Formats: sequence, structure tokens, C-alpha cells
Amino acid sequence: MRRMMAFASRVMKEILRDPLTVFFGLGFPIVVLLLLSLIQANIPVEMFEIQHLAPGITVFGLAFITLFSAQMISHDRNSALLTRLYTTPLKAHEFILGYTLPILPIAIAQTVCCYIVAILLGLKININLLWTILMNIIPSLFYIALGLLCGSAMTEKQVGGICGALLTNLSAWLSGIWFDIAMLGKAIGAFANALPFIHAVELERAILIGDMKAALPHLWWVVGYTLVTMVIAVFVFLRQMKRQ
Amino acid sequence: MKNAIEIKKLTKDYKDIRAVDNLDLDIREGELFSLLGVNGAGKTTTIKMLCCITQPTSGDATLEGKSIASEADEVKKIIAVSPQETAVAKNLSVRENLEMICGVHGFDKETSKKKAAETIERFNLGRVASKKSSKLSGGWQRRLSIAMALITDPNILFLDEPTLGLDVIARSELWDIIRDLKGKMTIILTTHYMEEAEELSDRIGVMKDGHLLAIGTADELKKQTGEDKFENAFIKIVKGGKA
Repeated sequence: MRRMMAFASRVMKEILRDPLTVFFGLGFPIVVLLLLSLIQANIPVEMFEIQHLAPGITVFGLAFITLFSAQMISHDRNSALLTRLYTTPLKAHEFILGYTLPILPIAIAQTVCCYIVAILLGLKININLLWTILMNIIPSLFYIALGLLCGSAMTEKQVGGICGALLTNLSAWLSGIWFDIAMLGKAIGAFANALPFIHAVELERAILIGDMKAALPHLWWVVGYTLVTMVIAVFVFLRQMKRQ
Repeated sequence: MKNAIEIKKLTKDYKDIRAVDNLDLDIREGELFSLLGVNGAGKTTTIKMLCCITQPTSGDATLEGKSIASEADEVKKIIAVSPQETAVAKNLSVRENLEMICGVHGFDKETSKKKAAETIERFNLGRVASKKSSKLSGGWQRRLSIAMALITDPNILFLDEPTLGLDVIARSELWDIIRDLKGKMTIILTTHYMEEAEELSDRIGVMKDGHLLAIGTADELKKQTGEDKFENAFIKIVKGGKA
């Protein structure tokens, strides 16, 4: 536990001391939230109403969490620091927990910041808001596991391309945050529904309005994706650790 | 004198390449042993196997009686490595890097802080202790990297090309640090610099194509080859060695 905490503390410090992380992790989702709320104030669109928009933006922000986590792991894999750490008594599960656990408070902080701004923009404070923030831990775990998987399987350059461009675009365009996916046609709608992003957003939206019945089907999708991604990520991480 | 490291028929194959071939070698306790060889000789692979980073294809080695094949966790408790490239956490300060290494070895916070403070003093890192390691010069980073290897007081220390890319002054300062460690722990050094091996080592092993071609003190190797300069002795051993 002590060994893992020492490693986790290093991971957290390295991530938080990168100014780009702070900007994209906390600043960028808030900028998007403010911008779309401004549009909503001038040209009212149902999709951009704050109770509809805020849950989507908090989920979208988590894509950056995957990017930071994957970048750190893939960078470490190419560095002599990891070689050094592999010769210490740190065990495989301590590496995995050390890389993933410190990301969770960052993800929660990001979610809380987004909702604070949303409250300032008119979101009503009620008990559902607390449940929405807590429930966002599940999508957070999915994005963290995805970070572990991408960081273990890809080079730094690939992480930049795949997590930085592809994942953020998938999270942005196939999640129904800013427009109804039905507008893209049946095939793309079915594809989007087979991915977890839209379900994570709908889960958060349903919890925020207190509709547990509507939330449940989405919850299973997100939980399923989270578990499968975690298992694959751990397997790939252990395999690359052995290879290294 | 007791052997700190006993290597028996250690072999490593990478697909169709044999990087280390049936290596037999004993290294004595407290000895500074240098492994020399041209690129691809098998030095780094040997070190990686001894540090439990890479598993041997066959054979075994014991470090203070603990097998690298079956007791890797025990081996990791008594060794430390300073890899070829500077192995530091860039966004952490010098002090935080040292405390982090103590932490991953299982020391509590208080002990980690105490050990970091002692190490900072021992390596004259005081004036850069609060600086992020990414802001340090190459020489200071390498000094920190070696300090990180030594903070846990290992019994066996692996120094892989410790002075590679350093200027003359930084190299001389690191030599002083290494000289100061001699006799206090067993040190295995790999280097491309002949003068470094000659100056620092108790014994030197010359490797080529995964084989150990010659072993002895610098003077013994010069005598064996009939050369006055150690560099010429090395060249003669490597050129005369079987491929």
C-alpha cells in the first residue's frame, strides 16, 4: 500500500504540474460550457439548456482524462524511469493502481468544477445533482481504464493521435451532447448507440432529473464497457510489463 | 572473499539472436566490476537479467544467494540500478524524486524525508533540492539519478554507462562519487570509456557477441595481450575473440 501510494503520488504530481493538463482538463470543458450557454442565451436551443448541456460536457471532459493518463503511461514506457522502477519492489498491481487511482480525484474535481460553473449559469441545486456527480465516477472509471489501455498499447505519438483526436471526436460527436444523434441517420445512430459515450451522457442526464428508470439501461452499458475495458487494460499492461 | 554474484550458464535469446551465451561469472562482495564490450556485446542484456527486468532463456544467477529466476522479489530488495539514460521524474523536484524512490521501496514518510535530506547532503544537491529535475543540467540530472539508486543503501549497485554524454568536469565529479562507494557495496559498471574502466575497476570483463572473452584487472589484461595501453589491450581482445 505504502509503495503504491508513493508511486501514485508521483503520477498525480506529474499530471497536475503540466499546465496543458490543467487547461484542457479543467479549463476547456468550462470554456465550452460557457460558450454554448452564451449561444443558448441569444438563440435558445433545447439541447443547450443548462440541465441538458452540463451532464454532456462533464462526460466530454473525461476524454481528456484518458489522454493525460495514456500520455503519462506511454511516456513512462519509453523512459529509463520505468526501467528503474521495474527493478524496485513495486509489484504489477501496485503499478496499475498507481497509474489509475490518482486520476479518479482529478476526474471528480473536473466534474465538480463543471457543475459549479453550471450552477452559476442557472442549474438548480438539488439532491439529484449530488447523485449525478457521484454517478459520474462510473464513466470516469471507463475513461481511466481506456487511458491505461491506450498508454500500455500505444506509443506516445499514437496516443496523441488516437486519444487526442479520435477519442475526443468520438466523445464529442457520437454522444448526443450538442445535437440529436438521430439527425445522422439510422446507421450512425446504431453505431453511436453501440458505443458507451452516448450512454454515459444519457445516464448523467437521467440522474440529474431524477429519472432512475431511464438511467438504468444506460448504466448497464457504461458498467459493461468499464469492466471489459478494465480487464483488457490490465491484461495489456501486464503483457507490456513482461515484454519490457 | 565471498561472491556477491554467481552467474551460471546464463543465456538470453531474442528470436533468432543469442544476446548472451552461457555466461559464467563470479563477482566478489565489495568489488567494482566493469563489463566492457562494443555495442551488441551483451552487457546491457546481462545487467537487465541480473536486475530481474529481463528473464533469462536458460541458466540462472544468484545475487547474495537469491536466484534471479525464482526469487526476483527478494533480489529487488537488495539491488539498485542507475540506467543508461537519466532515470528521473521530470516534473518532480530533486527532493521529491528521492522521497519517491524511498516510498516505492516501502519506507514510511518520515524515514523517506530523513533519507532524502541525508542523500541531498551526501551528493551536494542542496542548492538544487527544490528545483524540478527537468530544469537541471545533464550532469546534475545524472548525479540525481545515481543518488536515487543509492538512497536505499543497496548491497549491489548496477551503473549502466553512468558518465555517457557528460562533460569532463561532471564526469570527474561522478568518478569521485563512484570511488567513494568502492568497497562499501558491490558495483557492476558498464562503460564504453576505457579510461573509466581502468581508473575505477577492481576487475574488468570483456564481452563480445554474448561471450565473456577475458577477465582480470586492467594490468592483467594488458599483460595478457602484451600491450602498454589498456585501450589497445581491449581492442586486441575484441579483435582476436571468436565471433
